Amino acid sequence: MGNRRTVRFLLNGELREVVPTSPTQSLLNYLREEERATGTKEGCAEGDCGACTVTEAELTETGEVRFRAINACIRFLPTFDGRAIWTVEGIANPDGSLHPAQQAMIDNHGSQCGFCTPGFVMSMYTMYQNGETKPSRERVLDCLSGNLCRCTGYRPIVEAAMKMGDYPEARTCGDTLAERLKAIRPEGTLEVETAAGNRYYAPATVEELAALYEANPDAVILAGGTDVGLWVTKHLMDLKTVIYIGGIQELKKIEQRDGAIEIGAAVLLNDAFPVVVEQYPEMEELWKRFSSTPIRNSGTFVGNLANGSPIGDNPPPMIAVGARVVLRKGDRRREMPLEDLYLAYRKQARDAGEFVESVRVPLRRESVKFAVYKLSKRYDQDISAVCAAFALDIENGRVKDARIAYGGMAATPKRASHAEAALNGASWDEASVQKAMSAMEQDYQPMTDMRATSEYRMTTAKNLVYRFFVETTSGQELSLYAANN
Amino acid sequence: MQQQHRTVGQSLKHESAHLHVSGKANYTDDIPQREGTLHAAIGISTRAHAKIKAMDLSAVKAAEGVIAVITLDDVPGDKYLGPFLHDEPIFADEEVLYYGQPVFAVAATSHDLARRAAKLAKIEYEDLPAILTAQAAAEAKAYVLPPVHIKRGNVEEKLANAKHRVTGVFDLGGQEQFYLEGQIAYALPGEDGDMHVYTSTQHPSEMQFMVAHALGQHVHTVKAECRRMGGGFGGKETQSWVFAVIAALLARKTGKPVKLRADRDDDMMITGKRHDFQILYDIAHDDDGRIQGLKIEYRLRCGFSADLSGPVGDRAIFHTDNAYYLDEFDILSIRGKTNTQSNTAFRGFGGPQGIIAIEYMIDTIARKLGKDPLDVRKINFYGKTDRNVTPYQMTVEDNVIHELVAELEETSEYRKRRQEVNEFNAKNKILKKGLALVPVKFGISFTATQFNQAGALLHVYTDGSVMINHGGTEMGQGLNTKVAQVVAEELGLSIDRVRVSATDTSKVPNTSATAASTGTDLNGKAAQDACVKVKEKLAAFAAERYGCKPEEVRFADNHVYAGNEKIAFEEFVKIAYTARVPLWSSGFYRTPKIHYDFKTLTGRPFFYFAYGASVSEVIIDTLTGESRLLRADVLHDVGSSLNPAIDIGQVEGGFIQGAGWLTTEELWWNKDGKLMTHAPSTYKIPSVSDVPAQFNTRLYANSNKEDSIYHSKAVGEPPLPLGMSVFLALRDAVAAVDDSGRAVPPLMAPATAEAILKAVEAVKAAKKAEAVEAETV
Repeated sequence: MGNRRTVRFLLNGELREVVPTSPTQSLLNYLREEERATGTKEGCAEGDCGACTVTEAELTETGEVRFRAINACIRFLPTFDGRAIWTVEGIANPDGSLHPAQQAMIDNHGSQCGFCTPGFVMSMYTMYQNGETKPSRERVLDCLSGNLCRCTGYRPIVEAAMKMGDYPEARTCGDTLAERLKAIRPEGTLEVETAAGNRYYAPATVEELAALYEANPDAVILAGGTDVGLWVTKHLMDLKTVIYIGGIQELKKIEQRDGAIEIGAAVLLNDAFPVVVEQYPEMEELWKRFSSTPIRNSGTFVGNLANGSPIGDNPPPMIAVGARVVLRKGDRRREMPLEDLYLAYRKQARDAGEFVESVRVPLRRESVKFAVYKLSKRYDQDISAVCAAFALDIENGRVKDARIAYGGMAATPKRASHAEAALNGASWDEASVQKAMSAMEQDYQPMTDMRATSEYRMTTAKNLVYRFFVETTSGQELSLYAANN
Repeated sequence: MQQQHRTVGQSLKHESAHLHVSGKANYTDDIPQREGTLHAAIGISTRAHAKIKAMDLSAVKAAEGVIAVITLDDVPGDKYLGPFLHDEPIFADEEVLYYGQPVFAVAATSHDLARRAAKLAKIEYEDLPAILTAQAAAEAKAYVLPPVHIKRGNVEEKLANAKHRVTGVFDLGGQEQFYLEGQIAYALPGEDGDMHVYTSTQHPSEMQFMVAHALGQHVHTVKAECRRMGGGFGGKETQSWVFAVIAALLARKTGKPVKLRADRDDDMMITGKRHDFQILYDIAHDDDGRIQGLKIEYRLRCGFSADLSGPVGDRAIFHTDNAYYLDEFDILSIRGKTNTQSNTAFRGFGGPQGIIAIEYMIDTIARKLGKDPLDVRKINFYGKTDRNVTPYQMTVEDNVIHELVAELEETSEYRKRRQEVNEFNAKNKILKKGLALVPVKFGISFTATQFNQAGALLHVYTDGSVMINHGGTEMGQGLNTKVAQVVAEELGLSIDRVRVSATDTSKVPNTSATAASTGTDLNGKAAQDACVKVKEKLAAFAAERYGCKPEEVRFADNHVYAGNEKIAFEEFVKIAYTARVPLWSSGFYRTPKIHYDFKTLTGRPFFYFAYGASVSEVIIDTLTGESRLLRADVLHDVGSSLNPAIDIGQVEGGFIQGAGWLTTEELWWNKDGKLMTHAPSTYKIPSVSDVPAQFNTRLYANSNKEDSIYHSKAVGEPPLPLGMSVFLALRDAVAAVDDSGRAVPPLMAPATAEAILKAVEAVKAAKKAEAVEAETV
């Protein structure tokens, strides 16, 4: 039997069987251009403004339905194979009355120009479908972190979201949804090929993936597409071969074994973080500030590591805690410390046809003091100017082992080896901290760009060591996060 | 009076709210496309200033799906356009003047193919020296318009003899409008040279004129239409022409409908923003902080063309007083020509820049004197009967700033919180808090008097339903809702009987931009005039038919009351129609009292003033410069509100937008003059977590002294400068790094984490230098 050629999904409850015009056609363009469903808007085409937010539903391995708000502008249509999508046009009750997310927005004067409104409504609808009908303010801020509004100042929107539960209960998507999703559950590999020769594969198993990638080492591996999507929408790249891994159940597993949590390459950021935060509660703020809810609902934890960007937020803390990546090529597996993966700007220690299969995050050890700090212009959804992570094993007031890693300071995520050396074996006091801060200048020569100057990066890189020292020794939490909740 | 109104003054929902939330509100890109529609993309310059030595577009023309490619040579009419000066070539004219300037445009069979084709041009440039900043332009004496200089008294003498004198430089960043719906136009060629352009614009008439000029046709051949915009904020006042005109040129060239939807990055690379300013100040003041003499030099970065920079610069001058009496002053405004995007209108239109200039200075005076800035502000307030003439010789007759600030001071518990902030700062070394209360007085009217006119067209149909059309545009501000409320009120109808149609140059001609906050003032009055005219005819007819005096005829509750008769409105209009009474009328309005001499900048440029004040409390981290807004309290004067919910929405939105301008929204050009913050990934407008948990906004109980529409006040722009209390609270927090209470932080705007840290370090360094000095003395 050959590979499947059509993408099957439910759109607002109706089955669609589509042969995509291109493997990289975005869901947004499909909706607007082919369905002529223009309620979903393009505001930026880079997953930053949220005007294109729609709700995706997927059947988990255990048969539950999960709803997620995602950005339609940077997700390729074939990645919805076997899933369900709701847009703003499809959420009113069968009798035509509006969904509580919609009615609450009207009643609270939550729309002005209205262009961002469908996106906000879909983020709220997703909360509602997941049972969060009377969410706290904190939850609302988190779930709306990927929706920009330029008119209202957000206050009425937040109130609308908090009041959805005041309305008569909305039609849910019905008990039949799980059944209907089961009926279109993908089997075997999906393959899309265009006249121009662009190919898209969505293998169903890791073995198939390994074989495909070994045979097509120039292919682009697509997981969440929160970066790859922009290669297409912004850089207009023509991706010849794309291998999508988001349909591989084995890669969606999180397992605890051999003193580590092993996170598969297809585990979403929002699924991985809770487990990691259980071990490292100090990462909770980073989780909330890591891009936005819709991005974390598409993007993968491992993707942010495997991508190798110097400004990704996952590498610094993962390097600091001593995470190791599992690489796979064909049947061969090997493991290496995460920091060894990064050779130079966007250049990694991966062989042709080799991919990151999982990351192993060590379990927390009591003696380790840990923190991660993110500096950016905006609180939510902003790329870090500097991201710093510290994991210090301190015994009897002495530093046994210091692991310090930074993003935004070099061409790759990088350990501060001189600063670490200044601390290793030293007593954990202000004098040692000052030495480590000075040593930082030998570790990095950061650049100046639109996010920050070289001077700012260096000054704060040093100051964050001091912040870590104060927090670990005085018990005083210096985060401004708690201040606005 | 107010209690008698049925519709006006109610918090009715936005007329399109039910469409917004269900995805059924059509924006320009959502209009069903006509068969054969082509899609356009613009090829832009990749140099800040250069001569085009050679341009090879063959690859563009040969690319898949491309139907037409045009350059300046293909423009049949005027090749240069602009709102005042015609100094902007539609496409680069042998020379590129900024990085991002349109050089050519492509029409192709799809949006994607057009964008891909536009990347294939081969252009050879010869670089020329580029001027990139306001300071560089001022120093090079490179101007888009001549400097403007106004003065009263002998400031030099005041400064020379002053007991206290402060001087300084304040760098104030610009701001991208970041309307969520990007620039877009859809041009449909019709018969006999007609061109119908759907355009997302605040100024349909200007789009109509510019398209006609570019096509070399009469204005009556072009129709511009806009049902709604997904935000404008000034960015679609003039600069939507780039897209409307290019779409129309390609439509003319190909004979096909052409849609031009700019990708966000292209939009931000091509269009202008709020002007960034460099502000040089020199002030004389007394022991209490009362300003005795003031000298300011405003250096504007206008970009490559004049656009609206003249009136923007003027409005900054007009708002240099904010709420304060300035006895002697000397204000110089330099309109610098730079090789960057042509800066343009943005909510406030120079006003916020002038306002923050004086607030920054007063803040500086207070810090030097060791006083609470609020006290120094109060000392300088305009008087009610004296000290009440503005620098442009207009008497402030409606001053409520004393009462308004006093009320906010109390409701926000300013003094108590000042104490708490001080206590917090005494206890915390790394984190510091700051607090600031700032007033705003904002002048309402277009400073160019002729724009203060509006028209409306009212149709009553024989089923009793009503259609109102006016020259204003709906960009989210609720203009159509308010105008519908006015019409419903005037005709005594429920709001569902009234519908507002798309703004259309074939209905009301020669309209002004929906700008300067005047949308409701002008169009509401014009609509009211149309209603009055229709009612006059109907009342005369009713009086005759039912035997009463015309003035006894009442229109209320969807009925007409005449003599002893009560007739349903729809029945009555049917009868009137049958009796051949006209059921429609145009309406017109021109703002009274205003006049202004643009040579001396004196007169009465404003019909009235809107007032407001805000208090912000912030916290900063002195190790990193990160900050958070903890609480904001806003009290704002909208006169007698037409729709409190909509007005509150404008006030809150304006406050947050103003706060964004001065904190996270940093525009950053690299050394080659390329804007690097050209998308939301790099340009950071406030997001949901930037809104404080405590955000208290109230409308000040007031009524407009002037005869404005139902004695309401304009609300679009005045609240934006209120966001500056966030900035000044940040400065207050930075000052707390030095416990002497006398530090004057050199905080620049926007106060990004980096800017805050820089100011923190400067305060620390100054303190250290002082300590060293004290020791050596």
